[in-house]
Amino acid sequence: MNEDLLRVSDLRVSFRVGGLSARLAGRATEIEAVSGVSFTLQRGSTFALVGESGSGKTTLARTLNGLQPVKAGTIVFEGQELQGLSNAAMKPVRRRMPMMFQDPVGSLSPRLSVRSLLSEPFVIHGLSDRDLNAEVTRLLALVGLPRDFADRYPHQLSGGQARRVGVARAIALDPVLVVADEPTAGLDVSVQGEVLNLLNDLRDRMGLSMLIITHNLHVVRQIADRMAVMYLGRFVEQGETEAIFRAPHHPYTAALLSANPEPDPDRVHQRITLPADVPSLLARPSGCEFHTRCPQAEGRCALDVPVPASVGDSRLTCHFPLNT
Amino acid sequence: MTVLAIKDLSVAFHTESGRLEALKQVSFSVAANRSVGVVGESGCGKSTLINAILGLLADNGEILSGEIIFEGDKDLARLDPTAMRGLRGQRIATVFQDPMGALNPVLSVGRQMRDIQYRSGLSKRDKDARSVAMLRKVRIPDPESRLTQFPHEFSGGMKQRIAIAMALMMEPALLIADEPTTALDATLEVATIELLKDLQRDIGCSVLFISHHLGVIAELCDEMIVMYAGEVVESGTTREIFHDARHPYTQKLLACDPARLSQRVPRLPTIAGTLPDLRRRPSGCVFQPRCDRADAQCLTTPPSAPVGGSHIAHCWHSDVPLGAMSA
Ligand SMILES: Nc1ncnc2c1ncn2[C@@H]1O[C@H](COP(=O)(O)OP(=O)(O)OP(=O)(O)O)[C@@H](O)[C@H]1O
Ligand SMILES: Nc1ncnc2c1ncn2[C@@H]1O[C@H](COP(=O)(O)OP(=O)(O)O)[C@@H](O)[C@H]1O
Ligand code: SF4
Ligand code: SF4
Ligand SMILES: [Mg+2]
Ligand SMILES: [Mg+2]
Repeated sequence: MNEDLLRVSDLRVSFRVGGLSARLAGRATEIEAVSGVSFTLQRGSTFALVGESGSGKTTLARTLNGLQPVKAGTIVFEGQELQGLSNAAMKPVRRRMPMMFQDPVGSLSPRLSVRSLLSEPFVIHGLSDRDLNAEVTRLLALVGLPRDFADRYPHQLSGGQARRVGVARAIALDPVLVVADEPTAGLDVSVQGEVLNLLNDLRDRMGLSMLIITHNLHVVRQIADRMAVMYLGRFVEQGETEAIFRAPHHPYTAALLSANPEPDPDRVHQRITLPADVPSLLARPSGCEFHTRCPQAEGRCALDVPVPASVGDSRLTCHFPLNT
Repeated sequence: MTVLAIKDLSVAFHTESGRLEALKQVSFSVAANRSVGVVGESGCGKSTLINAILGLLADNGEILSGEIIFEGDKDLARLDPTAMRGLRGQRIATVFQDPMGALNPVLSVGRQMRDIQYRSGLSKRDKDARSVAMLRKVRIPDPESRLTQFPHEFSGGMKQRIAIAMALMMEPALLIADEPTTALDATLEVATIELLKDLQRDIGCSVLFISHHLGVIAELCDEMIVMYAGEVVESGTTREIFHDARHPYTQKLLACDPARLSQRVPRLPTIAGTLPDLRRRPSGCVFQPRCDRADAQCLTTPPSAPVGGSHIAHCWHSDVPLGAMSA
């Protein structure tokens, strides 16, 4: 099965910021949080999205799910174009493309018990005639929580326990593509391993595909077939995970991979350090937008916008790719 | 000098289905100018520990016994709420995962930094000058003009650095950080750790640092404690623990770190079993139901076995080093 499950082409999503005063003062009033993103996800595979906070990962995920309007570009999921679909038309799509939100506790309504939280997907999709207690028990077992957790409330769960409830909700209705925003942030390494093994199992057993957003590069390496690195709303590099880890081509990817802290206090790091000032989406740098932080930048980087190019299996935007 | 000394702290939550002992006889201390990392499984009580220190336990929580001695003379376990409020933000500062928890979206950064200094008796101008100096310390470029800006005008990494600046504004004796770098990419995470190290040296405060990212603890902390099911199971210097962990739980935890894997594996290592139900703690060693080194002796409470130096493992069989562990 090698068909494209999801095909995203030149996707753009924007937000209005500032108010009338900004407009009168001639300041930018719109930011493009996702700015021309293209990628495909094959059935049964896992795609990871990395990039720092504010680079547009969550916005991209929410847009796929129809929670944010598309400004331009197309999203084709199982052969169906999703851009511009009404909320009602998106509902059956969401059943096949469930989303696990960032912030495990905050995304669970505090007044609902775990039982209600796990029954909710069935109720929302008009399936309340099923034996909901049995479904809840099944889901709890699937994500490794004791059955009496059904009677707990979100504030009585630890971060890891809340995440498992989030996974259980996402997989309640036989999904095809799970979009998971930071599914393991805040989890200890053992529970993180369990959640990732669980997602991997579900992928194998149910033929699930996954789009995973994470900061943790070790997680990316362990779970994703392909990955993309996002910077200021654009993919600066995407390709096969192993190939990128072996030889990153974009200087930002190289810096990310070199920064990864290792569990050894005596380790001497050979790091590519970047200036910490991430430019604002309101004032995108000229030329290559990474030039303000790039250790490899040369004169033309501030002037010419690099066009996406292929190096091996990877697509990237850089005038002077590394490891070629 | 010891900034924080916790002795035999036990905390329980009262739930409909009974009393849940979230912390049991936790003891450790944080010396002046040192950073202590806390690691342990989700649900092992790290946040409960912090909330107990800050006097912010949920309504159904109760300190059953023990003391939390701050700066030698104040027992935070017994301090009245007004005195506690006076310490928070002044002598004890906090940084959390989401910087927006510390920042008010509708006030300028300068205004918020001024407000924190309400007790300083400084003029508005002097307060602003201190704010600028602090923003410069956390490497916000062009800090004078940034004072009038609002939180949303800063990137995520900058917001976290501003939250750190605000936390350290009053030169606290203790900074408590609960996963402050979780939301940052690897380059900013490393930059934030470096920054925290520098500031700690500058200001001379102690840090209690919680993270699931073992690499971050290894880089930042001098000492660490490992918690399991509400108990401290091992403590020592970061070097002692990462190179010579002796408690079976710590050894397993370290083995689960995907940072140790140089390539993709079909199944990530995990620790079999789950945390015990804290309403019904197992008798004897709390890790015994999941421990493959357990024997009859482990049904009685394990000793705090000295491993060498400051290194202690609460285990009957702490003589088996890391490498000798069965997979
Ligand atoms: N208000 C509460 N009522 C009942 N139980 C609670 C309450 N708050 C926490 N708990 C329980 O206390 C234990 C410790 O929780 P705590 O939040 O301190 O864990 P943690 O170590 O911070 O976990 P994580 O790494 O997931 O953040 C867990 O079993 C949790 O379910
Ligand atoms: N509802 C919104 N209104 C205005 N700006 C937003 C909104 N949501 C996100 N943004 C902005 O869009 C950009 C991308 O945000 P986000 O997708 O959340 O990033 P990430 O998930 O990578 O951290 C950021 O600059 C953020 O501030
Ligand atoms: S184009 Fe230039 S500035 Fe941009 S990433 Fe490549 S080398 Fe760096
Ligand atoms: S005391 Fe026994 S059961 Fe507990 S950790 Fe040590 S060997 Fe394992
Ligand atoms: Mg996000
Ligand atoms: Mg916590």
